Amino acid sequence: MKTLTEASEVVPLRHPGRWVAAAVIAVLVAMLVHLLAYDPKFDWGVVGHYLFSTTILEGLRLTLELTAVSMVVGIVLGTLLAVGKLSPNPIVKTVCWAYTWCFRSSPVIVQLLFWYYLAAVLPRVGLGIPFGKVFISGSTNTLITTFIAAILGLGLNQAAYTSEIVRGGILSVDNGQREAAHALGMTRSQTMRRIVLPQAMRIIIPPIGNEVMAMLKMTALVLVIALPDLLTSAQIIYEQNLLQVPLLIVASIWYFVITIVLTPMQYGLERHYSRGAKAQRQNTMWRPTWLSWGNSAEQSILTAEAPRS
Amino acid sequence: MTSHDAGTKLTQGFETYPMVQAIGVRKRFGRHEVLRGVDFSHERGRVLCIIGPSGSGKSTLLRTINHLEKVDAGQIRVDGQLIGYRDKDGKLYERREKEIARRRSEIGMVFQNFNLFHHMTVLENLIETPMMVLGRPREDALERAEVLLERVGLSDKGGAYPRELSGGQQQRVAISRALAMDPKLLLFDEPTSALDPELVGEVLDVMQDLAAGGMTMIVVTHEIGFAREVGDWLVFMDQGLFVEEGRPRELLAAPAQGRTKEFLSKVL
Repeated sequence: MKTLTEASEVVPLRHPGRWVAAAVIAVLVAMLVHLLAYDPKFDWGVVGHYLFSTTILEGLRLTLELTAVSMVVGIVLGTLLAVGKLSPNPIVKTVCWAYTWCFRSSPVIVQLLFWYYLAAVLPRVGLGIPFGKVFISGSTNTLITTFIAAILGLGLNQAAYTSEIVRGGILSVDNGQREAAHALGMTRSQTMRRIVLPQAMRIIIPPIGNEVMAMLKMTALVLVIALPDLLTSAQIIYEQNLLQVPLLIVASIWYFVITIVLTPMQYGLERHYSRGAKAQRQNTMWRPTWLSWGNSAEQSILTAEAPRS
Repeated sequence: MTSHDAGTKLTQGFETYPMVQAIGVRKRFGRHEVLRGVDFSHERGRVLCIIGPSGSGKSTLLRTINHLEKVDAGQIRVDGQLIGYRDKDGKLYERREKEIARRRSEIGMVFQNFNLFHHMTVLENLIETPMMVLGRPREDALERAEVLLERVGLSDKGGAYPRELSGGQQQRVAISRALAMDPKLLLFDEPTSALDPELVGEVLDVMQDLAAGGMTMIVVTHEIGFAREVGDWLVFMDQGLFVEEGRPRELLAAPAQGRTKEFLSKVL
């Protein structure tokens, strides 16, 4: 029997399975690259030619505009809805819940078409006394352009989803924070703006980042209302020259590039809003997985700092 | 109703009514009645300590004083005024949120879990409400904050975030944050219960200094030593009622009620 002696060297656990998996994946990737590079169906010359063509770049600009404006509408309205759902005012509460239910219960594509064809139901819209005199009015078609219809379709729907993300974030903030603020004489709205929302941001940002990426690609749905976004522009071109695959690759490359640009932005925002949340800072944030290759799972648990009491 | 004007310090000012006056305070959570008719009055410049087993309603009572909990029956007046209501023609009208907030800003509260704002530095914690609620200029608020931090021995921690501090330091900051509003009354809800034993002393020292400086305080605590040394009046609460009260030394040395004896034998 062995006796307990001096401290001995620790031999880390080996993970041979990881190396086998890596080898298999490497072979598969090599096959894919080979296919992409040498198969004549992927006409890279055509891809290069259209990547910076005016039509595609115009489409890209529209996609970015739609994404940005819809997300702003979604986040601003979504935050208001979230606060409304947590409000003690029963009317506000009911309206906000009804909104969420209403917009989450139909496909976005239906909502887009609905706003687009609104003029068919309401040819004129105006301001005035309900059931009475109308002061100003205009044709629905001039008021709701295709772009506005797209923003309404995407943004209003997004607000319904964002409101739940924001509500989750607000609920994640410890109730003691609210109580302390109230005890110090802050009103509910001051508490929400200065104390609760800034702390909720840390929880809200990762899913909102997801939503931005999803929105970037959801804008492709404006195809149904004939708005020339990135995908529609590619489609317009390939309907003439029948080079479908290269042009879909062109569109994909741009979606890919935007996603790459957006990811570090999310990282930066997350870092900003996690100030003071020291205990969580090191673990929960996005970082490239290859950085943790050598580390075993046990180690990353050990580096997590427990909050001090 | 009990008045305890036989304390060691002279009553400050010429006000005729007590700082806090509670009559028949009742509060229930669902079926459970947490406060079952509490009466007391608390003079200016005095320290009232409330002890009792958990679930006795002492924290709830404290939270009714600044209207964090609404009472179901009875009245609480702070400095002669109701916090959540306006009385007119024998009826109580609920106040608007803004008015309640303004009255609350005159009552400081220190919590068991400190509840410092985690996303703000220590200094930001101290200047936030004086600027937001009292409308003080930033420079004035900062100046006052630095004086307060100096007083609790944390002038070097102004730039730190609360979670970078020990529990004792956080609680000292929390007390400073309450003081930054120049409250006329300070409520302490088990201020040392979440602290490691070796950190309790530093917080009690700060509280003792405040008491010596004439601050009116109501302290819910398990620190019998503090109650004896610093308190002017001691209340033992159980099952939503004041079971027994008196001068701390006398009450602790010779409790009259069986429940008080039983409780004290467990904690002493």
